[in-house]
Amino acid sequence: MDSPEQNVVASAQLPKPAALQDTPQDAFATSTGTSIFDAKGISIYYGSFRAVTDVSLTIYENEITAFIGPSGCGKTTVLRTLNRLNDLIPEARVEGEVHYRGANLYGSGVSPIAVRRRIGMVFQKPNPFPKSIYDNVAYGPRINGIRNKAKLDEIVERSLRQAALWDEVKNRMNKSGLGLSGGQAQRLCIARTLAVEPDVVLMDEPASALDPIATGKIEDLMHEIKSQYTIVIVTHNMQQATRVSDRTAFYSVLVNPDSDTRTGTLVEYGSTQQIFEDPQDPRTQAYVTGRMG
Amino acid sequence: MSTAAQADPAAPAGSASPLAHRRPLGDRIFQILAASAGVLVLVILALIAISTSQQAASWFATGWKIFTVDWNPATNNFGAMSYIYGTLLTAAIAIILSVPISVAMALLLTEVVPHRWARPIVYVVDLLAVVPSVVWGLWGILVFAPWLQRIYTSIASGVKGIPVLDALFGAPVSGASFFTAGLILAFMITPIVTSLSREVIATVPAIDKEGAYALGATRWEMITGAVWPHSQGGIVGAVLLGLGRAMGETIAVALVIGSSPVITSHLFAAGYSMPAVIANQFGEASGLFRSALIGLGVLLFVITIIINLIARGVVERSARRKRGA
Amino acid sequence: MAAMDQPAVDLREPAGWRRTKNRIATWLMVLAFVAVLIPLGFVLYTVIAKGASTISWSFLTGSPIPPNVVPVGIGGMWPAIYGTLVITGLAAVIAVPLGVLGAIYINEYGGRGPLAQVVRFMSDVMTGVPSIVMGLFIFSIWVLHFGYSGLAGAFALACLMLPVVIRSSEEMLKLVPDPLREASYALGATKSRVTLTVVLPAAIGGIVSGALLAIARAAGETAPLLFTILTVTATNPNVFSGANTALSTQIFSNATQPYLGAQARAWGAALTLIAIAFILMIVARMVTARFTRYSR
Repeated sequence: MDSPEQNVVASAQLPKPAALQDTPQDAFATSTGTSIFDAKGISIYYGSFRAVTDVSLTIYENEITAFIGPSGCGKTTVLRTLNRLNDLIPEARVEGEVHYRGANLYGSGVSPIAVRRRIGMVFQKPNPFPKSIYDNVAYGPRINGIRNKAKLDEIVERSLRQAALWDEVKNRMNKSGLGLSGGQAQRLCIARTLAVEPDVVLMDEPASALDPIATGKIEDLMHEIKSQYTIVIVTHNMQQATRVSDRTAFYSVLVNPDSDTRTGTLVEYGSTQQIFEDPQDPRTQAYVTGRMG
Repeated sequence: MSTAAQADPAAPAGSASPLAHRRPLGDRIFQILAASAGVLVLVILALIAISTSQQAASWFATGWKIFTVDWNPATNNFGAMSYIYGTLLTAAIAIILSVPISVAMALLLTEVVPHRWARPIVYVVDLLAVVPSVVWGLWGILVFAPWLQRIYTSIASGVKGIPVLDALFGAPVSGASFFTAGLILAFMITPIVTSLSREVIATVPAIDKEGAYALGATRWEMITGAVWPHSQGGIVGAVLLGLGRAMGETIAVALVIGSSPVITSHLFAAGYSMPAVIANQFGEASGLFRSALIGLGVLLFVITIIINLIARGVVERSARRKRGA
Repeated sequence: MAAMDQPAVDLREPAGWRRTKNRIATWLMVLAFVAVLIPLGFVLYTVIAKGASTISWSFLTGSPIPPNVVPVGIGGMWPAIYGTLVITGLAAVIAVPLGVLGAIYINEYGGRGPLAQVVRFMSDVMTGVPSIVMGLFIFSIWVLHFGYSGLAGAFALACLMLPVVIRSSEEMLKLVPDPLREASYALGATKSRVTLTVVLPAAIGGIVSGALLAIARAAGETAPLLFTILTVTATNPNVFSGANTALSTQIFSNATQPYLGAQARAWGAALTLIAIAFILMIVARMVTARFTRYSR
């Protein structure tokens, strides 16, 4: 078996990770049923540079799936593929197929705007708009055509309650969203995302810029809303993955010796319990036991 | 640690402590030179204020008469109201025409155009800024104004009799007029307002824009939601700076405004403005006349400085508000 | 678990009016660009078309500038070209070193101190002072005492250029990374040495390019010269005393003339002036492209 350290591969063919080939999808005994995302052989390019290679996995409804792995292994890149946010980068290109509830996410005629309304995203650094708290949360519903004040009030309150922020801000809804603390601002961003009632919430290291208490609140929030949404979270924090996620995907890096570039790839994917207690691939084992990354 | 006792090459021999260091004369002279150059700015501004006010003193001494409409060198009356009016009117026309175009261009360059193409387009816009004022004026009076005159005439006959429109666009009509001057001013200030607005819009963090897109916004919705709140203070500042430029612009206006000191609502009529009259009549002026012209210059100086200060105040306030009030 | 059991998902474009608003907005922006191109194209075309027929070697080097009634072909614009080059050059010699020194003061010595803040603030304010005010200023403070001269014109142009050079040089100095300065200090250099031997060379590309652009602008200015040089028609080699002329003031006085000869000369002078400004601008861009080490 390869050493746990970096895998040096010939540049031409980057092989399919052995682990995935041996573990058929049906082995996930705990799967609840509906598949939300179905990715087959995803490779992501920036221009001619292959940033991520050969990712195949299935995300299931009403579960929290964690993407873990060392820096630069493509977790965020794959995440952003799921809501077509990579479209904003002109040279970015996706090969392979991603299906969302059976529909090809990158098919012709698919509007990224419609995609993003259904698949929301919370970013690593909280990014509230320079507007009032109310207007921040109401932004999404407003662009979707909801003008009725009463309806908007109701949506705003519901979203803020879901984000566990309502009590803290209900008396200052007109204050600027920029005046909140880091943890509050991030919950505001979550409320803003929930306000459009998406199907899926993607989270890119949502708590990495926050202190432990704020992090805890966000993790509690994730458990609360799990029954209504499907969540995919990228995290650097392995303990966080064990705390919140049902399923975990471990990514790693393949190094090209000729061009000295690094390409990310999916190494192993399974239930969280299995990944952390009984990892099949030695790279996974090295990472979760702390020997690498 | 005997090395500490070794002479520090910068310290003169025999000084008390080996690490004592008297700054070399050259270094201090350089600092004084640099500081003087900086202070020179303040000195010049002060001198401008003092010397021009001195020259204009005899005109200012006529008190409130300077705000009358009666400007007649023969009778020694120098009421500047029509010139002040013309300055404000042409600047207003310039701003109204130029700002939507400039802001739209700034948005085009930062949000719509792929980065590779933005550079050449910026070069083209900068080309507009390279055309000297006097060339705009030359083209304006010899080519543009005669052409515009025909357009004005047809518009004027079209709106004849219609209440508000006739007052604005009806006769009298002249190729060299308030509107022509305002139009050419708009051409001249567009590059500045565009480039300043672009700088402001470019400071909007990408992560805010992504946040809007992630909620399913179209590009226009992203602009109104994420870009505009961030930039509005800066853009207002840019507009004000453009306004200041428009008010102070002299030569092009002097050539195409029509040189007729009147206060009228008719935009297509010939008019006059402060910088234009100064440029056109200074050669023949002396005594109180000259004092009046220089006085107009003082007024211009004060007005543009005030606009500048307001512009910076607006930009400061919005930057502070962004940090979370 | 089969995907076929899922309800169909509609991922097509959102409601028509949202897409329409977006499209309209985009087209308006493009229209704005076209609106900018039209006058520019118009002016350049006219100047080139009308000016080209006037320009000839004798036009560029001929002297003196003939009276307005005289048609093209006799005399030339050399006195004005000479005036523009010499007066602008003198203004540059005054304003650029002072401007760079001022920028050095603000960025390297002043820091957060109150004086530096005031100077920076006032330089900004000074960029907004109209050019005509600068002309009136030099008239009041110099011409009244020492008479009209190319030098007075140069002073007026220098006052215009100074704040621009200060601000653009300051931007360039700010871009030089601190570790560069610190490395030099760590070797025991004095502040003036660090500035002159490390910081300035690192920023020199951008500083020169900014200065060239300021010079290009100054070359085209008319108003400051109207009150300081008193247009003449023969070359005045002595820039320090006696009235002088320049392309810009010449164009201004010719523009209002009914005589075709005068007008043709104005177009020729305009083309020459634009060519000078254009060349300076291109050189500035080349300097930026080849010699600027640190850019935004």
